[in-house]
Amino acid sequence: MSDFWILLTGALVASCCGILGVFLVLRKMAMIGDAISHSVMPGIVIAFLLSGSRDSMLMMFAALAFGLLTTFLIQMFQNSGIQADASIGVVFTSLFAVGVVLVSLYARQVHLDQDAILYGEIAYVHWNIWTLGGVNMGPKAVWLLGFTLLVIVAVISVFYKQFKLCAFDSALAAAIGIPVALFHYLLMGLVSMATVSSFESVGAILVVGLLIIPASTAYLLTDRLGVMIVLSVAVGVASTFIGYGAAVMLDASIAGCMVCAASVLFIVAFLFSPSQGIVIKKLRLRQLA
Amino acid sequence: MDKIWSMLTDPNMQWIFLGCTLLGLSSGVIGCFSYLRKQSLMGDTLAHAALPGICIAFMLTGIKSIGLFLVGAGLAGVVATFGIGYITRHSKLKQDAAMGIVLSGFFGLGIVLLTLIQHGDYGNQAGLDKFLFGQAASMIGSDVITMSIVCLALITICTLLFKQFKIISFDPGFARGIGYPVALLEQLLMLLMVVAVVAGIQAVGVVLVAALLITPAVSARYWTDRLSLMVVLSGLFGALSGGIGTLISASVSNLPTGPVTVLAATLLFFVSILFGPQRGLLAKRIARKQVKLRYSREMEHRIHDSKKKEAAL
Repeated sequence: MSDFWILLTGALVASCCGILGVFLVLRKMAMIGDAISHSVMPGIVIAFLLSGSRDSMLMMFAALAFGLLTTFLIQMFQNSGIQADASIGVVFTSLFAVGVVLVSLYARQVHLDQDAILYGEIAYVHWNIWTLGGVNMGPKAVWLLGFTLLVIVAVISVFYKQFKLCAFDSALAAAIGIPVALFHYLLMGLVSMATVSSFESVGAILVVGLLIIPASTAYLLTDRLGVMIVLSVAVGVASTFIGYGAAVMLDASIAGCMVCAASVLFIVAFLFSPSQGIVIKKLRLRQLA
Repeated sequence: MDKIWSMLTDPNMQWIFLGCTLLGLSSGVIGCFSYLRKQSLMGDTLAHAALPGICIAFMLTGIKSIGLFLVGAGLAGVVATFGIGYITRHSKLKQDAAMGIVLSGFFGLGIVLLTLIQHGDYGNQAGLDKFLFGQAASMIGSDVITMSIVCLALITICTLLFKQFKIISFDPGFARGIGYPVALLEQLLMLLMVVAVVAGIQAVGVVLVAALLITPAVSARYWTDRLSLMVVLSGLFGALSGGIGTLISASVSNLPTGPVTVLAATLLFFVSILFGPQRGLLAKRIARKQVKLRYSREMEHRIHDSKKKEAAL
């Protein structure tokens, strides 16, 4: 039964990240996703210190606030003349440092250690059960992730057209009156939400692997946005399954194995994608010659 | 205060303090060039990519020595740079996605290897996980000496090749035109960055070592428009944050060095962004107020003049 819950959690994480990752990759903001996944740390820790529990709504809001703060700060420094990538680097390292310092100082009082932040604790997911009126409702993490996925799917499908246009041609989107900045912050808010609800299972640092790698793999396989989202989710789910299998076999970090599996799938797509793959391109050239 | 003083008089601590200060100095200097060449996040990628290199070096030899780790991490860094270049050149993925893929892929591999080492029967592995967030106090004498020598070498190379690095930072096309081996120099700069990152890993940790390259350089940029001064200032800021970080983390138990160092650097950054001459927020506000004042005075003058003219008519 524990296998089932771990795989379900992994699949939910991969779906949340897979959908959002597509937009990050298309808008060339992969590193901003990386930055957000680091800088929600202080939000998580502060909410944890205040509420004492690991899956409160407070944590969600705190992380959301810090995610938006990161986006805002990056934008602000960029406007004041710092190069884009340097402003990303300054903001996320300092916020992450605040988080790590808080964890180290209060590590004894709270049940939250550096290992959990780095690797996640997907193996323990099924121990943290949510009971409602004495009835066992399953792991809390699954409910939290399910809720996040629901929000992401709802927002993306309601504003699909707007997100699509912003992703491909934000100038046109602005010209026809779509509030581009609003959708930018909305997307970043969703990314923060996905990060915080995934953090427990895969760790703050490896979330970015599941955000970017499956989306990039899907990007190599198709030219249609809808197909790309579906493929990204599929690749993400596949890599969590393969990764979990490998982790059990090797007795290694589950989150690490999941990201490695995603990288392997990426390399396969990079070499053998029907339209983009290097090997396929070479073969086609040879046939022509 | 007494505690800090007693630590400063402890010879072991003096060495570590010196090592971390030198580390901050050299990363600050190299960070300037990578900032000007718009490669700030490359340092982050290289740092994350170093983790599997270190783990493999440890698994092959079974010894914890900073020299070996330098080799392993250096090789991993070279592979990572090559991977980023290859992905951007041979697919429609942009550089940021390529960096994200390489960064998280390598780091994931590193975590897997780290857990394999922890679960496997490699003796003497305690402390390898300190590489994630850095713990300066856990360094031993030979580590500090190696680190100091590496940092001094970095500073020397940067001083000797200052003119060349300056020109490829601002105008690589011109550098090529006057016959400099630009590709070689660029590779060298990248290699120096790898070395700086790897030297810093034990003190600051893989996750945050990139900040030592980025933050001091960005702060220094607020104070000056001259590269030579910027390099000096950035080195100074880096050294200061390295020193402060070591002191604070050593005086509080269970506090890793990396985050404290980064926070010290961030504090200097905020001071710079507020008080920097010309570019600082305060200076900008004052300049704006002065312009407003002058404008309104001129307008008054003009209105006065036109009234005079009307009166004369």
